[in-house]
Amino acid sequence: MPLSWLAEITDLPQGASGADVAASLVSVGLEEEDLHGGDLTGPLVVGRVLEVEETVQKNGKPIRYCVVDVGHHGQQVTEGKHQEIVCGATNFAVGDLVVVVLPGAVLPGGFAISARKTYGRMSNGMICAEDEIGLGHDHDGIIVLERLLGDKAAADLQPGDDAIALLGLADETLETNVTPDRGYCLSVRGLAREYWHSQGSPAGGYRDPAVVEVPAGNGGGHPVRLEDEAPIAGNAGCDRFVARVVRGIDPGRPTPAWMQKRLTQMGMRPISLAVDVTNYVMLAVGQPLHAYDLATLDGPIVVRRARPGETLTTLDDVARKLRPDDLLITDSGERPLAIAGVMGGASSEVGPATSDVLVEAAHFDPTTVARSSRRHRLVTEASKRFERGVDPGVTAAAAQLAVDLLVEHGGGTPDPGVTDIDHTTTRSAYRLDVTEPSRIVGVDYPRDRVVGILRDLGCVVEESGEGSDDRHVLVTPPSWRPDLDNDSPAPDYAEEVARIDGYHRIPSVTPTPSEGRGLTHGQKARRLVADSLAAAGYTEVLSYPFVAAEIADHFGLPADDERRLAVRVANPLSEERPLLRTTVLSSLVDVLRRNLARGHKDVALYEVGLVFRPGGPLERAPIPGVASRPDRASLEQLYAAVPDQPRRAAVVASGQIEQAGWWGPGRTADWSDMVAAVQTVAAALAVPVLVESDADHAPWHPGRCARITLTDGTLVGHAGELHPKALAALELPARTVAAEFDLDVLTAASEAPVQVRPFSTYPPALTDVALLVAGAVAAADVEAALRAGAGEALERIVLFDVYEGERIEPDHRSLAYRLTFRAPDRTLTTEEVNGFRDAAVAAAAEATGAVQR
Amino acid sequence: MSAPNSNYDPVEVSALDPANVDAALADALAAVAGATDLDDLKTVRIAHQGDKSPLALANREIGALPPTAKAEAGKRVGQARGKLGQAFAARQSVLEAERDERILVDERVDVSVPALRRRPGARHPIELTAQRLVDAFVGMGWEVAEGPELESEWLNFDALNLGPDHPARQMQDTFFLDPVDSGLVLRTQTSPVQIRTMLEQEPPIYIVAPGKVYRTDDLDATHTPVFHQIECLAIDKGLTMAHLRGALDAFVRIMFGPDTRTRVRANYFPFTEPSMETDFLCFVCHGAETWGTAEQCRTCGGSGWIELGGSGMVNRKVLRTCGIDPDVYSGFAFGLGIERALMLRHGVQGMHEMVEGDIRFSQQFGMGA
Ligand SMILES: [Zn+2]
Repeated sequence: MPLSWLAEITDLPQGASGADVAASLVSVGLEEEDLHGGDLTGPLVVGRVLEVEETVQKNGKPIRYCVVDVGHHGQQVTEGKHQEIVCGATNFAVGDLVVVVLPGAVLPGGFAISARKTYGRMSNGMICAEDEIGLGHDHDGIIVLERLLGDKAAADLQPGDDAIALLGLADETLETNVTPDRGYCLSVRGLAREYWHSQGSPAGGYRDPAVVEVPAGNGGGHPVRLEDEAPIAGNAGCDRFVARVVRGIDPGRPTPAWMQKRLTQMGMRPISLAVDVTNYVMLAVGQPLHAYDLATLDGPIVVRRARPGETLTTLDDVARKLRPDDLLITDSGERPLAIAGVMGGASSEVGPATSDVLVEAAHFDPTTVARSSRRHRLVTEASKRFERGVDPGVTAAAAQLAVDLLVEHGGGTPDPGVTDIDHTTTRSAYRLDVTEPSRIVGVDYPRDRVVGILRDLGCVVEESGEGSDDRHVLVTPPSWRPDLDNDSPAPDYAEEVARIDGYHRIPSVTPTPSEGRGLTHGQKARRLVADSLAAAGYTEVLSYPFVAAEIADHFGLPADDERRLAVRVANPLSEERPLLRTTVLSSLVDVLRRNLARGHKDVALYEVGLVFRPGGPLERAPIPGVASRPDRASLEQLYAAVPDQPRRAAVVASGQIEQAGWWGPGRTADWSDMVAAVQTVAAALAVPVLVESDADHAPWHPGRCARITLTDGTLVGHAGELHPKALAALELPARTVAAEFDLDVLTAASEAPVQVRPFSTYPPALTDVALLVAGAVAAADVEAALRAGAGEALERIVLFDVYEGERIEPDHRSLAYRLTFRAPDRTLTTEEVNGFRDAAVAAAAEATGAVQR
Repeated sequence: MSAPNSNYDPVEVSALDPANVDAALADALAAVAGATDLDDLKTVRIAHQGDKSPLALANREIGALPPTAKAEAGKRVGQARGKLGQAFAARQSVLEAERDERILVDERVDVSVPALRRRPGARHPIELTAQRLVDAFVGMGWEVAEGPELESEWLNFDALNLGPDHPARQMQDTFFLDPVDSGLVLRTQTSPVQIRTMLEQEPPIYIVAPGKVYRTDDLDATHTPVFHQIECLAIDKGLTMAHLRGALDAFVRIMFGPDTRTRVRANYFPFTEPSMETDFLCFVCHGAETWGTAEQCRTCGGSGWIELGGSGMVNRKVLRTCGIDPDVYSGFAFGLGIERALMLRHGVQGMHEMVEGDIRFSQQFGMGA
C-alpha cells in the first residue's frame, strides 16, 4: 500500500515515514512484511532528447551517443552545454521526453550515479528504464514520458522538471501481512481504517472510499438468477450479486498513468483499462470484481453449482474439470463463465476489441471459494479476499466505483438498468457484558472506554435498547467484520478493546498453580536412560524418522516380521523415504553413516524416540463434531485409531570404544559393549534383566546377538554385533554393533518402588570353582545352575575367567567362578561352605554337563 | 685398646680421659652431621655407636675403675652417649624425610598426558533445552504432558478450531498418511497434546508439552521437516491475558536470563481469542537500537527485540469442544520452537547442525549446557 494512497483516506501526520506507519499498524496487530520505495535521491529530472548519434559496437550492440536538454542542471551549470549521455536503448527518438538521472544521484538499491567513460566517451548520467527507478518491472527500453503519461500530461512538462515528484518515486510502499480474520485489511480502505485507529480514531480523520452514491437495483439491468441448490453448511454460495453494464468504451484508451503506477506499487501488472479498473477498485475497497465482455453473453447470468462432467478453461488457459462443490457463474445457466470468486473463463474475457463491459460485484461464501481455490490449486487475488470474507456492504459501491472509472477514462456510458440481488441478512445485535473485556484481558476498562472503542470500530452500540442495562449493551458489528459475528463474540470484542486501547497496557502477573506433581516416573526414567547412555560414552542424536521401504530388506527382516508393517506417508518429502520407522535403529544408521563419511572413525551414538507400529493397514480415524465434547465411545474410537507409538532407544557403535594411548592399544567396540549398554540402563533403573543368545533376530549376527528380557520373560530388546549382510547392505563398516530396546517396558518395570532385601553383616566366605563345559553351553546357564545349587547362602557369583585353548579339551571352555557365601545369622564354617560349593557344582554338572577341573 | 680392669688397681685408663671422651663425641657428632643419606648414617652408627666404637669401649672401661671414680666417669660417658644418640635420631629423621621427599619426586609423572580412555558421550542440546524449560515450569507447579507424533486429524486441526475450510489450515504444510483419508497426520504442532489433556483432565490444568512436530518443509538453514516445539497451556478460574503475559515473562527469563522482558501486541491465531504476539528484549544488546550501525546486534538484527511467537486466550469454542465450560474456566496457551531458542541462546547458525547428528555438535554441550 503506497503511503500516498493511504493519505487520501486518512490523515498522515506531517513527515510520517513508511517505518512510522508500519509501527503504528503493528501496534493494532498488523504485521509489517516489507517496506520499499522512497530510497531514491536525485537529481532525477525530465529531459528532452536533442541529438542522437547511432552506432553499432564491435560486439553488435547498438549504442547511442545522446545530447539531452535537462534544463538548468548538470553540464549546463558546470560547462554551459547540454547533457551528454551514452545510452544502450533504442526505443526513443529525438524530441522525446525522457527521465534522466544525473551524477550525484542514488538509485534504489544504493546504486550511485557518477560521470564515467563508457564506449569511448564520457556519459554524464543515465536515461532511465522503469525498473531502474523502482517504478515497475519493465526493462524493455527507457521511459518515454509521452507514452507513460499520455501526450496531454506530457505537454506540460519542461526539461529540468523534478521527475521524483512527477512519478511519485518518493512514495513509500508498505506491505503488511494480513491474518485470516482480517479480510477487510486486504484493501487500502481497511488498512487506512486500522491506521486511523492506531492514531486514536480522531474525528473526521477517516474518509471511507466506499461511501459513494449508488443507484438501487431497478429491474432494468442484466438479468441474474441465484440458483444454489447445494449450499455448504447451510450458507448459500452467493448472497449478493450486482451487475452493471457500461457500453461504448473506447478500447484504445490506456489506463491512466496514476492508476498504472498504483497497480504496479501493489504488485499487479497493468493489462487493459477494464481489467485495471476492476483490480484498482479491488485494491481500494477490497471487493473483487469481474469484467465480462458483454458481447460474449447470450442470456441471463445464473449462479449455480457445477454439474458432473462440466469443464471450464480459465484465464490462465488451463482446462479445469469442475466438481459439484464449485460455484459457477454461467451464461443462461448452461455455459460456465467463471469459477465464482476464484477465476474467470477465457471465453468471456475482456479483449482488445471489447467495448461493452458487464461488471460483476458479488459476495460469495468463504468456504465455497476456499474449497474451489484449494481443489484447483488456484490462489488468486479474488480468492484470497473471499476466503477471508469480503464486506457485503460494499458490493454495490465497488461496482459503482468501477463504472465511474470506466466512464471517466474509457469514455463509456453506463446503462441505467442496475441489477442488485441482495439476499444478505441483517446482523443481530449481541448483548455484551461491558465488564467482560476487563475480565478477559486483565486491564480495567471503564464502560465508556469499551463503548467508545466499539463505536470507533464501526459497531452500532445501543445503550438503551431491550436487554441493555448498566452492565450490558447491544452491539452490532460493522459489515466488514464477519469475524465478530460468531456464537461467542465476547473474547473477540475483548481483543478489539485491548488492541485499540493498547496491548502495552496489559500487566504481567505470574500465574500460580496450586499443586504440581513434578515429572512422572516415565519422564524421569527417560532422562535417566538418556543420561546413563551419555555418561557411558554414547552421544545422543535425533534422526528423521523417514525411512526407505528397502530398509526392511537391508535389515534382512523375515516376510512376516511385524517391523515390516510401516505407516506410509502420502506426501513424503522424498519418494525414496516414504515410510515411518518401526525401529529407531533403522534411522539411526543414517546418522552413523553420515558421521563416518565426515571422517569420524570411532563413533558411538544413541537415540531415544517414538517408532510407529500400526500392526496393519491404518484404520480410518473418525472426525467427530466440534460443537461439544465427543462422547466417550467416539473418543475411545479416536484414540484407538491412532497407531501404537512405543518409545524405544537404539545404540550403535563403530570403531574403537576405548582409545589407544600411553596406556596401550585401543579397544574396538564389540557385541559385549552393546549388552553392557542395555545392562547399564537397566541397572540405572534398578530393573533386573536376563541375557540369552538369540540366533534368529535380524539385523543381528546370529552368533553374536543377545536377547534381553525382564525376569518374567518380557522382551526388552536385542544387543550385539550386526549381521555382515545387513552391514554390507547398509554400507556400514564390518563389526558395527548395535542395541535396540523398548523404553516403555523398562519404564513400566521400574515403576514399583524397590523393596529392599535384608543383608547379613557376618563375614563372607569366598570359594573359587573352575568348570569345564562344552563350547555350546551358555555361561548364563551355568551360572543359573550354580545359583540354584548353591542355595540361600550364596550372596554373589562372578565369572572371573574364561579359558579356551591347549591346556583343555578341544571345543570346550573353562569357566572360573568366584562364589561368595554369607549366612544371615552366623559365620559359616569351612565345611558348610565346601558343602554349598559342591552342591552348586553338582547342579551345574547336572544341568550343563560341567566338570570341575 | 686396654683390657677391662680386673682388680682395684687404679690404672689410668686413657679411654676414660675426659679429653678423649670429648674428642670421641666430637668425632662421632661430626660423622653424624656429615652423613648424607640413610646408608651413610648406618655406617656412621656402626663406627660410633657400635660395640667397637670409642664410646662403647670407654663405657666398658668404667667397670674397671675404682668405685670412687666410677660415678664421675659413668656420668661423663653416659652424657656423651646420650648426646650422640639424640644426634643420631635427629639426623635419622632428617634423612628419612629427605628420602620420602625424594621418592615422591622420583614418582612424578606427566599428568598432562590424555587420561580419558573412553571418550565422553553427550546429550542432544534440543533435549537439554526442552528439559531446561520443562524443569523451570515444573518448579512453578506445572506438569509435563505428552502425546503421539502420528496424530488424528481431528485432534491436530478440528478440535483446535481449524476446520477443514479454515484458511489457517492452509498455512500448515502437513504430512498426510496413506491412505489420505485415514484422518491421521504427523502432528504439525504440539497442540493436540493440549486437546488430549483438556479432554481427559478436569481443570485446573497447567501443562507444558514439549515434543517433535512435522511440516513438509525441505531442510535448509531455517527450515527442517522435523522440529521441536514446547507449548504451555493453563486452564483455571479467573485467568486473564495478564497471567499469560506473566507466564511469558517467566518463560523468557528462564531461557534468556533475568534481564529480559516481553513486549506484546495483537495478532491472530485460530486456537486463541484474544491472541497475542510477543517479542522479548534482546538478551545480548538489552534493547539498544543498533540497526544500521557498525555495532548492529547480530542476535536481534539491531531492533533490540526478538520475536518469541504467538499466544493467546484459549478460544471458547476449543474449550467447549473439550468439554470445559467457558463461562467457568478460562485459559491461555503459548509456544516456542526449541530449535529457534537454541539458535538464539547458543549462537547455532542453522538447522543443519541441529539435525545432522554430527557428534561434534552434541559433544559441545556435554550433559547439561
Ligand atoms: Zn540485540
